[in-house]
Amino acid sequence: MLDTVPITKEEICKPENLVYGRTPLMTDATLSYCPGCGHGTIHRLIMEVIEEMNLQADTIGVAPVGCSVLAYDFLNIDMQQAAHGRAPAVATGIKRLMPHKFVFTYQGDGDLAAIGTGETIHACNRGENITIFFVNNGIYGMTGGQMAPTTLPNMKTATSPFGRDIETMGNPLKITELIAMLPGTYYVTRQSVHTAANVRKAKKAIQKAIEYQKLNKGLSFVEIVSNCNSGWKMTPVESNKWMEEKMFPFYPLGDIKIPK
Amino acid sequence: MTEEIIIAGFGGQGILSMGKILAYAGIMQDKEVSWFPSYGPEMRGGTANVTVIISDERISSPILNQFDTAIILNQQSMDKFESAVKKGGLLIYDPNGITRHPVRTDIDIYTVDAAYESSRMKSSKVFNMIVLGAFLKIKPLIDPEHMHQGLEKCLPSRHHGLIIENEKAIEKGKEIILPKYLMN
Amino acid sequence: MTKTKDIRLMKGNEAFAEGIIRAGCDGYFGYPITPQSEVLEYLSAQKTKERTGMVVLQAESEIASIHMVYGGAACGKRVVTSSSSPGISLMQEGFSYLAGTELPCLLMNVVRGGPGLGTIQPSQSDYFQTVKGGGHGDYKMIVLAPASVQEMYDFTKLGFDLAFKYRIQVMILSDGAIGQMMEKVELDKQLPRLTDEEIIKKYPWATTGKTADRERNIITSLDLNPAKQEIMNRKLQAKFKRVEENEVRFENIHCDDAEYIFVAYGSSARVCEKAVQLGRAKGIKVGLLRLITLFPFPYEEVARLSKQVEGILTIEMSAGQMVEDVRLGANGAVRVEHYGRLGGIIPAPEEVLNVLEETFIKTKTYA
Repeated sequence: MLDTVPITKEEICKPENLVYGRTPLMTDATLSYCPGCGHGTIHRLIMEVIEEMNLQADTIGVAPVGCSVLAYDFLNIDMQQAAHGRAPAVATGIKRLMPHKFVFTYQGDGDLAAIGTGETIHACNRGENITIFFVNNGIYGMTGGQMAPTTLPNMKTATSPFGRDIETMGNPLKITELIAMLPGTYYVTRQSVHTAANVRKAKKAIQKAIEYQKLNKGLSFVEIVSNCNSGWKMTPVESNKWMEEKMFPFYPLGDIKIPK
Repeated sequence: MTEEIIIAGFGGQGILSMGKILAYAGIMQDKEVSWFPSYGPEMRGGTANVTVIISDERISSPILNQFDTAIILNQQSMDKFESAVKKGGLLIYDPNGITRHPVRTDIDIYTVDAAYESSRMKSSKVFNMIVLGAFLKIKPLIDPEHMHQGLEKCLPSRHHGLIIENEKAIEKGKEIILPKYLMN
Repeated sequence: MTKTKDIRLMKGNEAFAEGIIRAGCDGYFGYPITPQSEVLEYLSAQKTKERTGMVVLQAESEIASIHMVYGGAACGKRVVTSSSSPGISLMQEGFSYLAGTELPCLLMNVVRGGPGLGTIQPSQSDYFQTVKGGGHGDYKMIVLAPASVQEMYDFTKLGFDLAFKYRIQVMILSDGAIGQMMEKVELDKQLPRLTDEEIIKKYPWATTGKTADRERNIITSLDLNPAKQEIMNRKLQAKFKRVEENEVRFENIHCDDAEYIFVAYGSSARVCEKAVQLGRAKGIKVGLLRLITLFPFPYEEVARLSKQVEGILTIEMSAGQMVEDVRLGANGAVRVEHYGRLGGIIPAPEEVLNVLEETFIKTKTYA
């Protein structure tokens, strides 16, 4: 047995030992998301980048309807809450009238790819100089796990309890590939935040997307494939594994459209 | 003075712009004016009409079904508006294409052979100004000076070279208008 | 505003478009629909970006238009959209959100006949939708009813002023006749658009970017706590009450000695004004109460006149919507009847005078 003196908390928690701190752009409010959910990480990444780029006073965010409807409780920036699916139109209104501001939307799959398909496609096609963060978990989380436009074939949800039947319920929509074809989009990428390595990659993508808006390049679109362990009825660990096995083959990670 | 006028005919005859020039000239002469068009599918062919009111007083209803003057340029409009002229009122029409001529005896009826005259002048575009001139002969509500200003306001400046031609057409209309009983 | 002696012959829709430019509008978002397409056409031809810096954007739908308005309004900008009945139905979602977030903006409906695709001819059948609230939730918007092309122009400046005074939506409820007809309009001098710095000072609630000297601004109508949501709703109701106390507008035409009155707004009021002239020429003591604000509704004036006259006839291009409010105002003190034309038909002056005579005078019995 080594004769060591136990190190106290006071000895560790010194400014010179600090290797990581929470960005002040996240508020003190406790996140309302389910344990294991990716939203918290994605919020933090966006806020970190905004802090690092010193954009807090220039940022206006748009929160959607869905689990992240209360995103403004956690993000210490000016925000507007949009009607379901309308965030790209709201962001268009903001950016056209405040062209020097950094404007982003934060939307889920139901919001962006079902009820807001029209607003999404047209904002992308006009090449609005905004940034869209699209969190795709293949399900309606907030309303209790109903089928989403991105729900995989045969995937069970509250409104497809026997699995999504393609014959009667239609196909999952690869909206990101779709909007990548539009001339108005400049940078389109698909990321995830389920491992430390993926978190780092996702952060780089977020940085690029914001940088491109500063350079007035048009619309940047960052999809983040994420889990919904509650809606999928799995433990967080299981849900991440399921995401890798089922979601990624259908929604492969990586850049879909990069600037020439 | 209040003059309530309906101008009616085919789309493409320049009916709406005739009404607009008359109304704008009215403004130039410090009158109250209104211009109320039939709008919709008629705009793309078919019949068109416009109600123009020129008055010394505030105009109440811009929408009417009784008129002091009807200027009628096709048969359908004749069928519709002959009866809408107030007793003692005025009806002016171009007999070209009219198969059933007006029959009322309690109004003044004049003809203006504007389609024929505009083809003689080799400009179908001044047709409506010939008709307008005919009207102004019977009811000289607007001075030539204010008509000129009305034309200036209504024509885009690149077309201001055409104002003289339009004014000539107005004068021509004043010359050729005839009481209906003189028509052979 | 200062009149300039700049007098033009304009369509109602064009006068509205010129009005918003001169009133210092920052952005217009719209979608074509008959009979109001001239608004977007006129604005597009005006090169507003060069003229005043105003943004004009054709959106992909009326739904997108109203949410673009929401985004701009939340930044403290002077924003506008306009449409006609079917398009206004689509915008109801946005109206409700704008009410819930107390955002100021100017709206216009050039009403056409319905229901459904209906007709493109003028109508007044959107009164209930506009005045009673077409979207979900307890809310009101200020409703101005222009009866002339000059008012289509003048109500833009008035509309912006009221919108920002109360943080409320202002709707100009026009119709196809007022939108399409031309009359003379006297224009005002151009008002400057507010700078971003002025907006930050004047409208501290606006989302203009969180600076170190203030808390973050959040524009939302959501509160999942019922107690707080009730407080929010009571605050809204108190505001609507203030509007009712301060902003009632109407015009009395020959009401002083009237034995019968018409009550009407918009193009119907113009028809009635002529009917009053025709009636007076026949010796009938008839007047017109022309409504300018539909919310707030002049209940008190209707109540006052109800004690004076022998009959009230409301004239609407609808099956009878405004008449319900007139009856509320009259509260049984006098007989209130409705006469309307439907489907895009405008009643004639002789027609409505005849109805007045048939309803109240020829049927008069003496005890």
